[in-house]
Amino acid sequence: MRREFYGYFTPIFDLYQLFILSFEFYKLISNNYLAVFATNRNNIDSNQPQSTHLSIQCAFFNFEINHMELVCPAGNIPALKAAVEAGADAVYIGFKDDTNARSFAGLNFSGTKANKAVQLAHSKGTKLFVAINTFPQAQRWQTWQYAADQAADLGVDAIIAADIAVLDYISERHPNINLHLSVQGSATNREALAFYEQQFGIRRAVLPRVLSMAQLSHLSKTSPVELEVFGFGSLCIMAEGRCYLSSYLTDQSPNTGGVCSPAKDVEWVSTDQGQDTYLNGVLIDRFQAHEKAGYPTLCKGRFQAGEHTYHALEEPTSLNTLNLLPDLMQMGISAIKIEGRQRSPAYIAQVADIWRQAIDNASQGIKQQPKHWNNSLAALSEGHQTTLGAYHRPWQ
Amino acid sequence: MQLTLGPIPFFWPKEQILAFYECLQDQPVERIYIGETICSKRREMRTQDWLDLAQMLGEQGKEVVLSTLTLIEAESELKQLKRLCAQGQFLVEANDMGAVQLLSQQHVPFVTGSAINIYNGRSLRRLQQAGMQRWNLPVELSQNSLRDTLSQAKELTKQALPEVEILAYGYLPLAYAARCFTARHRNLAKDDCGFCCIEYPQGIPLTSQNGESLFIMNGIQTMSAKRFDLLDQVSTMRDIGVDALRISPTQTDMSGVIARFHQAITEPQSMTTNAQHINLVDADSHCNGYWFGQPGMDQRAIELNE
Repeated sequence: MRREFYGYFTPIFDLYQLFILSFEFYKLISNNYLAVFATNRNNIDSNQPQSTHLSIQCAFFNFEINHMELVCPAGNIPALKAAVEAGADAVYIGFKDDTNARSFAGLNFSGTKANKAVQLAHSKGTKLFVAINTFPQAQRWQTWQYAADQAADLGVDAIIAADIAVLDYISERHPNINLHLSVQGSATNREALAFYEQQFGIRRAVLPRVLSMAQLSHLSKTSPVELEVFGFGSLCIMAEGRCYLSSYLTDQSPNTGGVCSPAKDVEWVSTDQGQDTYLNGVLIDRFQAHEKAGYPTLCKGRFQAGEHTYHALEEPTSLNTLNLLPDLMQMGISAIKIEGRQRSPAYIAQVADIWRQAIDNASQGIKQQPKHWNNSLAALSEGHQTTLGAYHRPWQ
Repeated sequence: MQLTLGPIPFFWPKEQILAFYECLQDQPVERIYIGETICSKRREMRTQDWLDLAQMLGEQGKEVVLSTLTLIEAESELKQLKRLCAQGQFLVEANDMGAVQLLSQQHVPFVTGSAINIYNGRSLRRLQQAGMQRWNLPVELSQNSLRDTLSQAKELTKQALPEVEILAYGYLPLAYAARCFTARHRNLAKDDCGFCCIEYPQGIPLTSQNGESLFIMNGIQTMSAKRFDLLDQVSTMRDIGVDALRISPTQTDMSGVIARFHQAITEPQSMTTNAQHINLVDADSHCNGYWFGQPGMDQRAIELNE
């Protein structure tokens, strides 16, 4: 169940709430905001997203703190530790099979490791989410059912799911577990969100990376559930959950195999000019000697259209929305998601650390961000390039 | 087994759209899906024009289904969707869960398009409860997956299964994005696209640098460059319990394609169908891999009827 953090004026606090409030007061006082008179939960309207808003009414001014969650990825225990230590509010993981959309060799958590992950995260007050977000086919339904039961037994804080059967099963069998609609669920408008909320009681939805800021702002006002958006990491340019490009060229897609442009089908071939990259025998890109050959993610290859050879779909670039953070916070977005369960602990530590500071700054109304944050994030990015993606309308 | 015609995926001038449907009057397609499913900025045909066309086709004795936009982001798109879902006269094909929600709220039966992810029997039954009376198999699923989905659904409840429709011919719809690839190809911003995709009535082919045909860019949609073609699989599909075969419109030889499928349905033993088909099919321009659980672009050898 969702935790109601703040009642009206005469709340009865439990210890946890008291702790949270004390922490918020400490942050306020340390920022020279004085004369705090009362706290109340903001936005009584039940249609509003149920995020943890804290509105502080002061003697001279009103301002609002949106407790925005930083949700970080982990593909193994060291990465999880790195995320927790860097101050992630929640870490998301997947089991060691194709029930999740980062089903890569050597990655993810077996049963005992997942148990350790929950203990580790909870010991530091960090939430743990499990992604069971691929689409099971009938023959192998038991595997997904088992994954859902396992996550429930572990006492995770939320399951991130996309398939209707998985959502249906969890809401029926484990009604007390928080359900988040995965980005693979591909809900981009309030009616789609309402469907998942009414049918399965989802609390939150992770939005596909297709909405502009104006569209997102509108959706945040009308969404029946909390919204989580991608802040940083590899950029899917197609509406997630509805992209079958990978299974067209190989035999696996994110929906079916939990993987896009699978490594098993990748070939790197040295040529006189430099290097060619192939995916299941299809030439994805051709690099000159001075170019750094990138991984052949099929939507980021150079193809020929008409007389031109170019990155016809998208350049090899990463999403970075650091500059949009104050606006996202103002909209009441509940959580920022960092992509990259396949990344190293060192990468996750660096990215999580910057985003932790950025969210803390923004929540205190500090709009200026040190330049080196964006530079550091760019250095960690694919092709050392970042983009605002669809949030920035001209990108579309 | 019913033969259906999917919505036109490309942006054609209004006259061309109307002429296309006019020619269908005497063609043996029983159900026709119409409407703009790709981009809300394509407005050669307004909502009212589609409704008028639906009326006309209905009067000619065709079953008409209004197909809805696949990627719904803007408030204006939602408004348009609501109008289609509330019109009350024609069946609606939901291509986004937003449409499923609107239709199920009104307790109106509906069809789901291939971009609604139904990968198993439990999902099938759940959407049937919501009002789905016919579903289209997601394009990346195989015949085995379809068989398993149907038998899982039968194990769950005794209720009759929803009707099954399969894309049997045409370019595969593979992806939808916020970005317009056609505008990008022309170095135009999406907001200032000049509706340039009307200049590409069959989309823009995308080939690899060594000349292999890969995809077609069609506005925000990416399609397969090869035509998916299951003409030789009609009897297998019938055995599995497929109720309808969908042909996705292209500019070339629609009446020929319709005739071949009609013959395959009505005269399953006809050797001419196969003979004609083998002459037409080659691995460079056709594919059927998905149906056999292989990469979608693959073309497995044509199976001959005994």
